[in-house]
Amino acid sequence: MKKYEVDVAVIGGGSAGLAAAIIVKKAELNVLIIERDKELGGITLQCIHNGFGLHEFKEELTGPEYVQRFINQAKELNIPYKLDTMVFEFTPEKKIYAVNKKEGLIEIKAKAIILAMGCREKTRGAINIPGFRPAGIYTAGQAQRFVNIEGYLPGRTYVILGSGDIGMIMARRLTWEGCQVKAVVEIQPYVSGLLRNEVQCLEDYGIPLITSYTVTKIHGKDRVKGVTISKVDRNFDRVIGSDKFIECDTLLLSVGLIPENELTREAGAEISQMGGPVIDNNLETTIEGVFACGNVLQVHDLVDLVTAEAKRAGLNAIEYLKERYNQKIERKEQIKCIAGENVNYVKPDIINKSDLSKDLIFTFRVKRPDRRILIQFKDDKNRIVFKRKRRYVIPSEMIELKLNSSEQQIDPECKSLEVEVVPRPEVLIEED
Amino acid sequence: MIYDVIIIGGGVTGCCIARTLSKYDLKICLLEKEAEIASGTTKANSGVIHAGYASPREYVKRHLCIKGNKLYTQAAEELNFPFERIGSFVVALEDNQIKQLEDDRKKGIEDGIPGLEVILDKNQIKQMEPNLTDEVVGVLHAPSAGLASPYELTFALAENAVMNGVKFFRNHEVVKIKHQDYTFTVRTYQGEFQGRNLINAAGLYAARISNMLGLDYFSIMPRKGEYILFDRNAIQLNKILFPIPTKVSKGILVCPTLHGNTFIGPNAQNITDREDISTTTAGLKEILEGGMKLVPNIPARSSIRNFAGLRAVPDTYDFIIDNTDVYGFINVAGILSPGLTATFAIAEKVIEFLELLGLELKVKEDYNPVRPKPERFKDFTKEELDKKIQEDPAWARIICRCETIPEKEIINAIHASVGANTIDGIKFRCRPGMGRCQGGFCRPRVIEILSRELNKPYEEITKRGEDTNVLVVKTKDLILKDVLRGASE
Repeated sequence: MKKYEVDVAVIGGGSAGLAAAIIVKKAELNVLIIERDKELGGITLQCIHNGFGLHEFKEELTGPEYVQRFINQAKELNIPYKLDTMVFEFTPEKKIYAVNKKEGLIEIKAKAIILAMGCREKTRGAINIPGFRPAGIYTAGQAQRFVNIEGYLPGRTYVILGSGDIGMIMARRLTWEGCQVKAVVEIQPYVSGLLRNEVQCLEDYGIPLITSYTVTKIHGKDRVKGVTISKVDRNFDRVIGSDKFIECDTLLLSVGLIPENELTREAGAEISQMGGPVIDNNLETTIEGVFACGNVLQVHDLVDLVTAEAKRAGLNAIEYLKERYNQKIERKEQIKCIAGENVNYVKPDIINKSDLSKDLIFTFRVKRPDRRILIQFKDDKNRIVFKRKRRYVIPSEMIELKLNSSEQQIDPECKSLEVEVVPRPEVLIEED
Repeated sequence: MIYDVIIIGGGVTGCCIARTLSKYDLKICLLEKEAEIASGTTKANSGVIHAGYASPREYVKRHLCIKGNKLYTQAAEELNFPFERIGSFVVALEDNQIKQLEDDRKKGIEDGIPGLEVILDKNQIKQMEPNLTDEVVGVLHAPSAGLASPYELTFALAENAVMNGVKFFRNHEVVKIKHQDYTFTVRTYQGEFQGRNLINAAGLYAARISNMLGLDYFSIMPRKGEYILFDRNAIQLNKILFPIPTKVSKGILVCPTLHGNTFIGPNAQNITDREDISTTTAGLKEILEGGMKLVPNIPARSSIRNFAGLRAVPDTYDFIIDNTDVYGFINVAGILSPGLTATFAIAEKVIEFLELLGLELKVKEDYNPVRPKPERFKDFTKEELDKKIQEDPAWARIICRCETIPEKEIINAIHASVGANTIDGIKFRCRPGMGRCQGGFCRPRVIEILSRELNKPYEEITKRGEDTNVLVVKTKDLILKDVLRGASE
């Protein structure tokens, strides 16, 4: 068994892993990227549409163009990487076990690990659509790979369930290929992806978006022959008598993404309800020296934000190696972060009291759209320690908030912090 | 060529008969209508190896079940399929149900079922199965009950049968049978087969096959059972949990699988269409509610798939295993629960019938009952794995992330005897697509490997046979057609 020793091992060579590795390498630490696919770049490679890089580079790029800039930089910096290499285990002692065709089984002993394995798509089973199980049912990302990478179409006429970004982008992509997209069906009363995708991918091509509807039956024993869609009420229960049949030979599912944390869970790290690992304000998991960034931590809507988070993970890993590694520093008491009113989840899950003098970055999503709201942080004694106004919030946009150390007044004695999104009091006054 | 025995049906029953007969010096073939064996009732089966107390004594299935259960120990050793006696509970939720548990126990012990006990101590019960509802008042514990993977068992039976000379023909649907001069001529769309003896193990279509020879003394109706499968580690059960049975079925059970998942189901719904394996909203709700009666903390959010299977229900409600009036034609029909448990006992019974028919049964000198265990990445120690990869680098290319399946296991599944030739065939043999991503990542790679190993273009790779192609046309071809049409106009 071949053995390696590195300062920082990065699991995953996609957008997150590359950005993290570049930061670590620039600090002249010894870093290694481990990638399971045959090339660096991850899922961004199959996202051949544009719209990437507006934050990071202030210009509009396609997915492959965006990620290529990081691949080039990694190569210029001579960052070592292993392709076609699958990690199947890592331990709390930070030993990584992986396999590849050239070297067989390898062991990588790292001082710190950055997790950047990305996410996977929710499937039909996760949403329990009844009916037959014929050929012709794919997740949108799988169809994207078939079309953009393999060069094959999985069908001719489509219904897309879920108005996630990949689903809407695939609606346009398939239309370009001469396929017919009969409808994009969304169970929520609003579109679940970004507004710009609704406009550019559906409206511009006259593809109907049917909200408050879902697929309630799949027809066809061998190949999909059509789907029944039904209206749903506020509790997502089917409205009797609202069934409509749509003929199609393929059903694409764009019903959400889940962070991919099999390795993390097996290593013993705590996993939060949304599927990402529990992290502190340094993006460090409950295993010391193991950091997480990108979609393995939380599902992002823009790759630019993945990059930003990955850079933070890289910096925190560097700091860990310089200041805490091999020193027995007990993690002092921690403050728990809780998702409150209209907040679906919040990251980090915990704040180290010793870090209260630092700037804190919070990311979260709301449960439902709202306008003219107030985001506020409340401690366990109901004291509001931070608040900020915002014009609107929608579930499809991840909200990132930076609390400068000077702005917030978090009491080091408090045990928990609740993030809530509430109506602004002055709105009531204005409307009066 | 005239076969000594032709078997119709490549489910667990047909394959078990084929394998059991392969011990003797006979020419045997098996005909299956689908692209893969284990495609019908066998595929969507609970996989429970029952202890045998459940059916009434006047039913032949009770006695074959008790006998069959015992035969599993040796079979699992020889055939190396996943099997474990984890034991089952029949769960009483009301005091007046205890009497039935006592009755089942008493009769079961008289009939030779080992270890049956009624447990009334709630602490003891909860210790044995912590996830069981607090409402429990007593259980019938059957330690000899277990779990087997029905399709992996069927693949093992088929592989071992081939090792011992049985010929398998898939994609061979029987359309007509002639019986003349003590010879059966079985016609399929792909050709004719002749044999002296004919065994009908056609599952849901057994009555149709029997009709082809003018026999209409029984009928088979499909009864649907729906299931929900949960992710690995979502909940950890120790025992197979049954409710108190109803008149029509053993009820909705909550059950672990040998791969670490949990499933609930099946319900029981009489239908008419023999291909209707669709699931329904009402059915899924019914089994979820049923399951929650036994295990209230079922992780409903961790479901990864729902599916349905069809039981072949005979009008007699008992197994139909007969030497018929047509000399040499044996019906093995209506094999519903506990058919999987009874399968080895059923095969022995068929052999008794063939002996009665005068077939000479001489054990082959070179008969080998052992099907070696398929090599699995997950079973290797780190040292073994390292060695394996040195021997063949295909062990190091991981195709399925959820279940950690390397390319080598998929190649082995394709090139095994009666090997996989479809995506579902791969899935049931070595599990890519069984995990939580349900093929999201691995399907394109599985298609690539099938295409390469079977030397077929991508467009011809199917999910489970004819008309289930996964990719329909190359990109640009659709547009190109439009452009060409425009140009010609």
